Amino acid sequence: MAEETQSPSDEKLDHVLGNLLIVGVVAAALVVLAGGVIFLLRHGIEAADYRRFRGVPHELRSLGGIIRETLSGRGGGLIQLGLLLLIATPVARVGLSLVAFARRRDALYTVFTVIVLGVLVFSLLGRYM
Amino acid sequence: MKVVEFTALVGLGSVVAGFLGALTGLGGGVVIVPLLVLGFGVDIRYAMGASLVSVIATSSGAAAAYVKEGYSNIRVGMFLEIATTFGALFGAFLVAKVSTPAIGVIFGVVLLASAYLSSQPRKPDPTVREAGLLARRLSMDSSFPTPDGPRAYHVHRVPLGFGLMFVAGTLSGLLGIGSGAFKVVAMDQAMGIPFKVSTTTSNFMIGVTAAASAGVYLSRGYIDPGLAMPVMLGVLLGSLAGVRVLVKADTRRLRLVFGVVIAALAVEMLYNGLTGRL
Repeated sequence: MAEETQSPSDEKLDHVLGNLLIVGVVAAALVVLAGGVIFLLRHGIEAADYRRFRGVPHELRSLGGIIRETLSGRGGGLIQLGLLLLIATPVARVGLSLVAFARRRDALYTVFTVIVLGVLVFSLLGRYM
Repeated sequence: MKVVEFTALVGLGSVVAGFLGALTGLGGGVVIVPLLVLGFGVDIRYAMGASLVSVIATSSGAAAAYVKEGYSNIRVGMFLEIATTFGALFGAFLVAKVSTPAIGVIFGVVLLASAYLSSQPRKPDPTVREAGLLARRLSMDSSFPTPDGPRAYHVHRVPLGFGLMFVAGTLSGLLGIGSGAFKVVAMDQAMGIPFKVSTTTSNFMIGVTAAASAGVYLSRGYIDPGLAMPVMLGVLLGSLAGVRVLVKADTRRLRLVFGVVIAALAVEMLYNGLTGRL
């Protein structure tokens, strides 16, 4: 057991997971960029003010609100959508690892991965004040 | 300042931060927050939100450079992510309980610590002859490719590493940074994992850790689209360029310069925090 080396399937999984991250980050960057263009065209000449913390408007804080804002053609909504895509990328990586560990019937690591995925889903679906 | 100018300047600063962060291995996040807070007068919570998002982007983007090398240890990473994600969630909850000047002070201290950690000459990889009991139970031992074929390594002190990772996760959630320097120390020095394996595994873990606090940040309104857009795109571009240059460049002098810059930023964050200006 102690002499066990990295199996070929581990390397393959590594490869698939890495590629998933690259696709996710590129897609997210393109969506953010598109949203940024719309945002700058609409708000470019307004004054930038981030000195005082008011918190982002509530419609840009949840998945439902962000989708509604995006569908009504707002740049801010589209940027947030891209950022959600970005956040979802590592979550998808954990999800894919779960499938891989479960297929190998690696019970211990399947449980570990479920725990990590649980924390991520809890964080993303919850409402916090 | 108009939004267009602000976006352009923040974007430019983020490219530089991402570039230097990748070259020195510290990550762009540690300088983004001081840059926005001290340079642009941005509220620290908005700055942390933008920085956290850029951390996820860099971590996923750097996978492009790491994936072909086959260094990372998926098992060790997944097990330790239990600690970092719980820590990140805890840290993100703490943000609302801690005053912003106090966050500034903690940020300053963490900046100094990461500059110190990464400026240390690397100790030779500790050779662990035997795997720890827990590491054996969790079959964490693995190998990594070298020019002379795969080299096997053992993992030990898993509970210590796990505890350190919880702290690293908490700092990540509390400050909106990747805390890569701490993750590498936990694996490299505490658990006896070879440096290359530690850095690549840490890179993968950073994205998952940051994603765990991102949900809390988003629903509390820390992630502002107008600010996060230039920061995320800038840091991503800069770090991708930095990783490409990294292979050829001699980074010793650069690390020193960047270390001095970080120390200066840390002192200013500390001063602003202690005098209640944040």
